[in-house]
Amino acid sequence: MLAIARQRMLGQSFKKILPAVSVLRSYSSAAKQITVREALNSALDEEMLADPKVFLMGEEVGEYQGAYKITKGLLEKYGPERVLDTPITEAGFTGIGVGAAYYGLKPVVEFMTFNFSMQAIDHIINSAAKSNYMSAGQISVPIVFRGPNGAAAGVGAQHSQCYAAWYASCPGLKVLSPYNSEDARGLLKAAIRDPDPVVFLENELLYGESFPVSDEVLDSSFCLPIGKAKIEREGKDATITAFSKMVGYALKAAEMLEKDGICAEVINLRSIRPLDRATINASVRKTNRLITVEEGFPQHGVGAEICASVVEESFSYLDAPVERIAGADVPMPYAANLERMAVPQVEDIVRAAKRACYRSVPLAATA
Amino acid sequence: MCLQLTYVVKSGLVGFPLHQLNTKILPTLSATIPTPFPLVFSAPIVSFLSFIFSSPLSLPSSPPIFSPFPSSLPIRKKMATAFSPSKFAAQPFPLNTTSQNNPLTIPTIASPFLGSTRKLIRLCSSSNLNLRRRSGTVVAVSDVVKENKSKSTPNLLITKEEGLELYEDMVLGRAFEDMCAQMYYRGKMFGFVHLYNGQEAVSTGFIKLLKQQDSVVSTYRDHVHALSKGVSARAVMSELFGKTTGCCRGQGGSMHMFSREHNVLGGFAFIGEGIPVATGAAFTSKYKREVLKEVDCDHVTLAFFGDGTCNNGQFFECLNMAALWKLPIVFVVENNLWAIGMSHLRATSDPQIYKKGPAFGMPGVHVDGMDVLKVREVAKEAIGRARRGEGPTLVECETYRFRGHSLADPDELRDPAEKAHYAARDPITALKKYLTENNLTSEADLKAIDKKIDEVVEEAVEFADESPVPPRSQLLENVFADPKGFGIGPDGRYRCEDPKFTEGTAQV
Repeated sequence: MLAIARQRMLGQSFKKILPAVSVLRSYSSAAKQITVREALNSALDEEMLADPKVFLMGEEVGEYQGAYKITKGLLEKYGPERVLDTPITEAGFTGIGVGAAYYGLKPVVEFMTFNFSMQAIDHIINSAAKSNYMSAGQISVPIVFRGPNGAAAGVGAQHSQCYAAWYASCPGLKVLSPYNSEDARGLLKAAIRDPDPVVFLENELLYGESFPVSDEVLDSSFCLPIGKAKIEREGKDATITAFSKMVGYALKAAEMLEKDGICAEVINLRSIRPLDRATINASVRKTNRLITVEEGFPQHGVGAEICASVVEESFSYLDAPVERIAGADVPMPYAANLERMAVPQVEDIVRAAKRACYRSVPLAATA
Repeated sequence: MCLQLTYVVKSGLVGFPLHQLNTKILPTLSATIPTPFPLVFSAPIVSFLSFIFSSPLSLPSSPPIFSPFPSSLPIRKKMATAFSPSKFAAQPFPLNTTSQNNPLTIPTIASPFLGSTRKLIRLCSSSNLNLRRRSGTVVAVSDVVKENKSKSTPNLLITKEEGLELYEDMVLGRAFEDMCAQMYYRGKMFGFVHLYNGQEAVSTGFIKLLKQQDSVVSTYRDHVHALSKGVSARAVMSELFGKTTGCCRGQGGSMHMFSREHNVLGGFAFIGEGIPVATGAAFTSKYKREVLKEVDCDHVTLAFFGDGTCNNGQFFECLNMAALWKLPIVFVVENNLWAIGMSHLRATSDPQIYKKGPAFGMPGVHVDGMDVLKVREVAKEAIGRARRGEGPTLVECETYRFRGHSLADPDELRDPAEKAHYAARDPITALKKYLTENNLTSEADLKAIDKKIDEVVEEAVEFADESPVPPRSQLLENVFADPKGFGIGPDGRYRCEDPKFTEGTAQV
């Protein structure tokens, strides 16, 4: 009965995910709960307080309190010189951020969504990522590009693309993608302190979700290492790698698989570039099966890179072909039911895991 | 007609100082400018005339103390050689005769330096500091030198030392670029090499006024900018040869000259890419002064780019933001009329780039870029403005590149007569003439400088030849400032090694 109820819940639109997640995550009791939004806001606040060279720049980050309210209260606290509302000029203000970073300031450039970063991608790649190399180490660019990435709910094709694969293919960039509040806080602080350009891919639908955090996480010197993945759930039968929102789905899928006797290990990648190949390979060597999950387009995606890495390093340990779950190979449709079909769902992960374990799976796709 | 002309010309020259002035004139401006001067002339002549008559600028607040006619003679010469007449509707010959009759309708307030005596109007009242606009018209240096020969020139624009410095810098640029061409054809240099022959006046005129902490951002035509800023010739030559002793250890190349020590921020291959970066550097200067409270930080940034870039979106975005935030930057347009093979006039709806400055609330100045002294005067004003915190300036330097776009460009589209015309206005020859005729220095001194520069360049080539190529281990270096990617904590150790941090556990 509970399974049916849960299936019905999961069959609804994205916005209803929140109660489902908090139901699943309520196992930790004593820790404080903060939303991802609060985590990001507090991280920005603390970093700006600690270092006067950190400043924010983006559309609506100031008086509007942030398009998604991530930068709420920062304008009042730090003033308009450090929280800059820019005109709608992605290429221009991204380049200005890069130029400021050349001189040692630490800009945090917000894109309203990473889809808009395509207008500025020349600066992210050519003048930020490549500068340290082209100048042979003379000019480093301690800049952070952050903003929501991937699909939201019903926003259509031009607002829903996941850019993890594009940015992660470029040397000179570090690409991070947090899942929960702890990730958000720790990785954003690490990104701001890092002397290299960092692309920080958040997720709009996760902003409102609360996660429990320990006191250590709330400490202002808390920082997570860049380039290390986290094993969210230990297992022994199959490895599921995911990042951002898909971690939540993978954890739910792991719960469902538990009932079928498959004990899945869920890895939260956290860092897409540099990819934590060591952790992934160690896990695959333990479980012998791999399922990669991502929200973006399948071709040349993050899953493809993980698959190649595993094949290169742990081929003899694989007992089954690697299962890649990605978004559908189409621009994101608008209709709600089509959109559900274009993004991986928990059932897809479950079926893929069962396929990897050579169990028979039902043929019908979820509607 | 004359009055109408001047009115229209004045209205076309709107710039700073005052936004009120702008708003008053703007309504008429919008009526006149887009369809060029319909009030004044009939359609066919209009487009051509608008080019001529807007070129000499006057400051809005000053009385119309000159007529636009004098400028038309050299412009017509330039126009005739630059473009085939079929490209233009008409050529207003009658006006040229008037120009010859009244060449000196402008009262000469300014000190008589090379070419701009009549054309350059120096505003006497320094009370309104905002009105620092120069009207540099396109005047053939040789013409003006002939005219000025007989005049006595009590106050010159430069001292002997300055003159020699400028001369040396320009000769270095020229000799270096010529050597680059030689080396390229011998196979020592490869890839894309864009040479700066002919445009030295712009680089020298601007960069020699900067301090070490001021920064320069350039395009792919950046060898001479780097040299003028102070990067040694051997470092640049080694970089071009791809050796490890180059200014970027051979990792950048011709188009990516960076120097932290001399604040040369590149070297960008994409046109328009350097402009936002320069704006960011200027932003840093302002931020350091206002937020980080380094009160004496008055660093200025110069952004060099070409005429083709002025049609690019990033250019306008940065004009807007620089003026909005009053950043200490000077946007220097090196208008050499050609973007590879695309003539500026074929690509631009309104070819007068300086006019784009006032549209964003900053002064737009047009200057003869083949004359280093004129450029230097304009540069002094623009850089001074930026240093005082008054905001950006757009300076359009009309210049010319003697060679093709790059060493791979056969350069077939440009009219040889146009090239000859500009070759006659070689900035180095012009400065030489000025220095010798004003008895600032002797031919022998200049020849000595030539020789010295030749030796410097030869030595640079030898140094580059003998330098080693980068070792294999250098391939993967410098990708990140923090290579392990784990971040370095305040105690200098990599953060992931600190057991306090969450690392691969399953518990929260």
